[in-house]
Amino acid sequence: MTPELGQLALILALFLALAQSVLPLLGAWRGNRALMAVARPAATGQAVFVALAFAILVAAFLRFDFSVQYVADNSNLQLPWYYRIAAVWGAHEGSMLLWVLILNVWTVALTLFSRRLPDAFLARVLAVLGIISTGFLCFILFTSNPFARLLPMPPDGADLNPVLQDPGMTFHPPVLYMGYVGFSVAFAFSIAALLGGSMEQSWVRWARPWTNAAWGFLSCGIVAGSWWAYAELGWGGWWFWDPVENASFMPWLVGVALIHAQAVTEKRGTLRAWTILLSLFAFSLSLLGTFLVRSGILTSVHAFASDPRRGTFILGFLAVVVGGSLLLYALRAPKVAGGKAFALVSRESAILIGNLMFTVAAAMVMLGTLFPLLGDALNLGKISVGPPYFGLLFPLLMLPVVLLLPFGPYLRWGNSEAPVLKQVLVRAAMAAVACAVIAAFFVQGQLKAIAGVAGAAWVGVGVVLYIVKRWREMARGRRYPAEMAGMLLAHFGVAVFLIGVMLSESLSVTRDVRLSPGQIATVGGYEFRFDGVSETTGPNWTAEQGVVTVTRNGAPVAVMHPQKRTYTREQVQTTSAIDPGITRDIYVALGEPMDPNHVAGAWALRLYTKPFVRWIWAGGLFMMLGGFVSAADRRFRVKREVEAAQAVTATLQESQA
Amino acid sequence: MLKRLRASVLLLLVSLAGIAAAQAIDPLPFRDHAEELRFQHLTSELRCLVCQDENLADSNADFARDLRHKVFELMQQGQSDAQIKQYLVDRYSDFVLYDPPVNHRTWLLWFGPLLILIAGALVVANTIRKRSRSGAPAAAAPTENGDDW
Amino acid sequence: MSRLLPFFAFMLLAALLGFGIWWNSAHDPTAVPSPLINKPAPDFALPMLDTPARTVSKQSMLGKPYLVNVFASWCFACGEEHPVLMAESKNLGVPLIGYDYKDDPQDAKAWLAQHGNPYDMVMADSSGHTAIDFGVYGAPETFLIDGKGVIRYKRIGPLTPKVIAQQLKPAIEALQKEAP
Repeated sequence: MTPELGQLALILALFLALAQSVLPLLGAWRGNRALMAVARPAATGQAVFVALAFAILVAAFLRFDFSVQYVADNSNLQLPWYYRIAAVWGAHEGSMLLWVLILNVWTVALTLFSRRLPDAFLARVLAVLGIISTGFLCFILFTSNPFARLLPMPPDGADLNPVLQDPGMTFHPPVLYMGYVGFSVAFAFSIAALLGGSMEQSWVRWARPWTNAAWGFLSCGIVAGSWWAYAELGWGGWWFWDPVENASFMPWLVGVALIHAQAVTEKRGTLRAWTILLSLFAFSLSLLGTFLVRSGILTSVHAFASDPRRGTFILGFLAVVVGGSLLLYALRAPKVAGGKAFALVSRESAILIGNLMFTVAAAMVMLGTLFPLLGDALNLGKISVGPPYFGLLFPLLMLPVVLLLPFGPYLRWGNSEAPVLKQVLVRAAMAAVACAVIAAFFVQGQLKAIAGVAGAAWVGVGVVLYIVKRWREMARGRRYPAEMAGMLLAHFGVAVFLIGVMLSESLSVTRDVRLSPGQIATVGGYEFRFDGVSETTGPNWTAEQGVVTVTRNGAPVAVMHPQKRTYTREQVQTTSAIDPGITRDIYVALGEPMDPNHVAGAWALRLYTKPFVRWIWAGGLFMMLGGFVSAADRRFRVKREVEAAQAVTATLQESQA
Repeated sequence: MLKRLRASVLLLLVSLAGIAAAQAIDPLPFRDHAEELRFQHLTSELRCLVCQDENLADSNADFARDLRHKVFELMQQGQSDAQIKQYLVDRYSDFVLYDPPVNHRTWLLWFGPLLILIAGALVVANTIRKRSRSGAPAAAAPTENGDDW
Repeated sequence: MSRLLPFFAFMLLAALLGFGIWWNSAHDPTAVPSPLINKPAPDFALPMLDTPARTVSKQSMLGKPYLVNVFASWCFACGEEHPVLMAESKNLGVPLIGYDYKDDPQDAKAWLAQHGNPYDMVMADSSGHTAIDFGVYGAPETFLIDGKGVIRYKRIGPLTPKVIAQQLKPAIEALQKEAP
C-alpha cells in the first residue's frame, strides 16, 4: 500500500467527519430523523478510514519505507519491530494521528454502547465529537502530514530517540491519550445538553461511566509516564513538574473534581452548572495540553519540534472549540438553582470543598507553568518555575482534601449527623497518631516520613472502617455496589500514594561514588560492590555493562547490571539497573570511567536506595482501578428498565390503594 | 578534523537533554554526608541554562558540570545557600533559580493561587449558604435504587 | 454576567498563548538576558592563546572600550559567525578580543589558522571558570566593555550583519561619544 493511500484515507475520513459534524446537528435542531441517523454511520465510516490510515503508517514503519519522511526521521534498519511500532507515535505527526485514532475509538464505543440514549441527544454528542475530529484531521492534512514523501529515498533512516526506545514508550502515549481524549465524551455530553436545553439529570448519569473510564485511563497513563521517567532517565526522579507533565496533570485534577460533581448532580440534581463547566474545563485542558506540547512556547524535554504555523493552527482551533463552548455555557447553562437542598455538614458540601481545592490546584499548576511566558509578556524578566514552587503549593492545597477523605462515605446527602462523623474522626485520628509514633522509631525523626505515615493511616483507616461498616450492615451481594467499590479503591489509592511519596522523598539516599573493581560503597544500609565493566550488545546498540553486587549485612540482595549504551547514531543512553522491591528500590546508574583510556579501572557510579517508591505508582493504579470499577456499575446502564418498572409498580400501587 | 566534528556532534547532543554521556554522575570529595545532602538539595534547585528544563543535579551537560563544581567550590569556601544562589543570580539572572524569588515581579505567581482560593471559597460558601437556606432537609432516606449510601 | 467569566478568562489565556507564539518567532527563546549589563566586568586575567606567558587582564584593558567575543573550535555557530567577524572586525572601531572558551589551545590555534583570525588578540579560558564570572553559558557570545571596565552590551548567539548594524555599532558609537 503506498503512503498516498493513507493520505487519501485521511481525506475521506475528513469528509465523513464533516458530515458527522453538520448533518446530525441540523437534524437534531429540526427534528429530522434522517439527518440525525447520519451520525452513527458517518462516525463508523470515519473510524474505519482513520484506522486504515494508521495501519498504513504502521506498515510503512514495519516495511522500512524510508521514502516516507516521517519514517525516515524516526526509525532505521536496526530498530527492532516493537520500537518501530512505537515510533509511529514517537514524534509530532504520528502522535496527532494517534490522537485522532483514539478519538475515533471513543466515538465508535459511544455508538455501540448508547442504544438507550435519545436520538437527538446522541446526534448532538456525535456531532460535537465530529467537529473535534474535523479540526484535528484538517490540522494533520494541512500542517502535519505523516505521509509526506522524502525523495530521493535514503538508504537508512535516522533513529528513534534512544530515550523513547523503552517499553514505557510503547505503552504510555496510547494509554495517556485514551484518558486525555476520553474527556471529549463528557465534553460532548455537556455540549449536547446545553444545545438541547434539556436539563434533566439523566444525561449526567449517562456521562458518568465514560468520564470515570477516561479518568482511569489518564491515571494509568500518568503513572506509566512517571514510571518510565524513573526507569529510563537515570536520575531516580519520577515527577519533575515539567510543563508537559503538568499539561497531563491539569486535566487529571479537574477530572477528579468532575467525577465528584457528576455524582452530586446525578443523585441530587444540584450543581448542574458546575458539572457542565468542569466537563468543559477538563477537555479544554486536554486540548490546551495538546497545544502546549507542540507550540514551542514552553521549554521541556518532552516537547515536540515546534513550528509557529502549527502552533497558530491549534490555538485557533482551541479558541473556536473552547471559546465556543464557554460562550454556549454563558448563554445556555441553567440559571436557576435546581435539585435538592443541602446543609453545611453534608456530602455535597464536602465535595464542593474538595472540588474547590482540586480546581485551585489545577489553576496553580497552570499559573506556574505559564508564568515564564507571562514574565516575557509583561516584561518581568526571565523566570524559572520548578519543583520548589509546585512541590510547596500542591501539598498545601491537597491537605484539606486528605483531611476530609475519611468522612466522605460517612457523610449523608443533604444533611449529616454528627455522632457518626465524630466516631470516624476519633478512630482515624487515633490510628494516625499511633502509626506516626511507631513510624518515628523507624525513620530517624524525619518529619515528612512521619507525616506521610500519619496521613496514609488517617485516609486508609477511614476507608477500612467504611468497608467494615458496609460488611456489617448490608446483606451479601448488596454490600459494595461497583460505584462504591470504585470510590473505596480510589480513596485507598490516595493512602498508598501518600506512603510512597512521603517516605521515598524523605528517606531516599543518593550518592555519587568512584569505585575501582572490588571496592565497596555503603548507601542506605546496603553494600554495593563494583565488579567491573564488560562489553555487551543489543539489536541496535553496543554497551559497556557494569556489574554491581548488592548485599545487606553480608546477605546477598541482588546483582545489578547498569549499562551505558551507544546507539546507531552515536547517541549515548544510560540504562540504569533497578532492583525493585515492595519496601524499597535499589537503583544503580553507570557514569563515566575515571580514565577514558582505562575502562577496566575505576568508574563513577550513582547509587540510590529509594524506600517505598513503588507505592507511588501502586497508589496511582488503585485510583485507575477505582475509575474503571466505578464506570462498570450496572446502575449506569440498566436504570431505564428499572425506572420503567418502578413507574409500572407505582401505577399498580396507586390503582390498588 | 574528525575529532572536531565528533566534538561538535557531542555538543549538539549535550545540549539535547540527558542523551550525552552521563556526566551528571560526578563524585565530589564531600566532607561528610550532610554536606553531600546540602549539595544535592542546592543543585536540585538550580537550573541548567543550556538544557531543556533540567536541574544541575541531573543534567549531563558540560555547562551544568561547570556550575556544579562552582557551587561545590563556594560551599568549600564556607558560603551559605543564600550566598551561593545570589552569586549565580548575579551572573545568570533569576532564571537560574527553580525556586522563584518572592518579589514585586513574582507576587502574582506566589499569591495568585491564594487569591483564587479565596475567591473560590467565597463562591463555595455562598453556594452552601444559598442551598442550606431553603431548609436543611432531613438526612436522605435510604432507597432501593442503589443510592443508599 | 458571571457566567461569562470563564469565557473572558479563557480569551485572556488565548491571548497570552498567541503572544507566546509570536514572541517565540521574534526572539531566541533560549537566550537568557544578562544581569551584568551596566555592571562592572569581572576581574579577569587570562593567558594569551599564542603566548601563554603573557596575560590579558581587566586592568590592562582599562581606558578604551573593547569587544570580547567568546568562541571555541568545537562551536558550530561560531563557525557561522566567523566570516562576519572576518569581514567586519576592522570596521567596528574598537579592538576585538577573542575569548577561547573551554577549548584545547592546539585545536583553537588550528581552527584560527584554517578560518582566519579576526582578533586583535586572543585569550584562552580552557577551564571555563572565568567565563562563569562573565555569565557565559555557551558560545558564541559577545560583550562590549567600556573604558571604565563596565559591560555595556551583550550579544547572545552569533553576530550577524544586521545585529552589528542595528545594535552593536550604535552601542559602540554611544560609548565613543561619552568618552572624552
